[in-house]
Amino acid sequence: MFKLFEPNKIYKITSKAPKYVLFLFIVVLSIGLVEALVLSPKDYKQSDAVRIMYVHVPAAWITLGIFSSITLLSISGFVFKNKNFFLMSKSLAPSGFVFNIIALVTGSIWGKPTWGTWWAWDARITSMLILALFYAMYLIVWGIYDKEEKVYKISTFITILGIINVPIIKYSVDWWNTLHQPASINILSKSSIHSSMLYPLFMMTAAFALFSLLIFLMKYNTELIKIKNKGLDRL
Amino acid sequence: MINETLFMNGYAVYVLSAFSFTLLSFLSLYLVTKMQFVREQNKFIAKFGSLTNEQARTAKSQRINKEILANATNN
Repeated sequence: MFKLFEPNKIYKITSKAPKYVLFLFIVVLSIGLVEALVLSPKDYKQSDAVRIMYVHVPAAWITLGIFSSITLLSISGFVFKNKNFFLMSKSLAPSGFVFNIIALVTGSIWGKPTWGTWWAWDARITSMLILALFYAMYLIVWGIYDKEEKVYKISTFITILGIINVPIIKYSVDWWNTLHQPASINILSKSSIHSSMLYPLFMMTAAFALFSLLIFLMKYNTELIKIKNKGLDRL
Repeated sequence: MINETLFMNGYAVYVLSAFSFTLLSFLSLYLVTKMQFVREQNKFIAKFGSLTNEQARTAKSQRINKEILANATNN
């Protein structure tokens, strides 16, 4: 089954897809921005400061999703002895890291008007900062080592250690007394957010997901060409 | 109404700086990734150009190499 996803076979699709994904991203982001900044209502407690949620929450969701995917792909790379999985996880990491930084910075900006401080060593914020460090370590490992096998081993080890932090981030608001409120959106039960705020939140999440797909495709194509460049050297 | 939208009841500075930071991060990451892609593509074309006829024929036998060249000339 994995042969269907071999780089040689899918490059035709991955090389053409970015321009369509970019177009879709711009459309969805434009709608999302109008919804988030103009059409959505203000909160009765936080007033217009609540609009920061439309960039902060999607960024946090996407960065957690990407880190989980990176871990799954890295472990699959070892289990199935397939280099393509490592290539895919490497291509996902830059956007995951940037989304993590966005979540931290926008959270800090949101903290000032709502909590009266830019930063607090709160369980959720600290665990998100730790995730950013794991992302940074993962990216550095790919940058400093030349031997593929060594990179695969160390980077997978980092993701396995880092994935322990993901449920801690998710449940930190339930396990500890933090400045963050408990989750307002639940898949299994009714969300406590009104639909007039949920719609822009999902639009912005869709836009962020499309952006990470765009960066993933561009990075994946770059990595494939890098490999082919080495192949030409060997001819 | 316009004033309310623009000033966001005094929160505009926080809201707009959060959105601006996000969009600037997107733009930076997109440009850096695009630059890396173009650099590798140009390197590939330069290397391909320096191959002998025999080596070029061998390289072209791989579909992905043909695709990279086709995409590079289309861009």
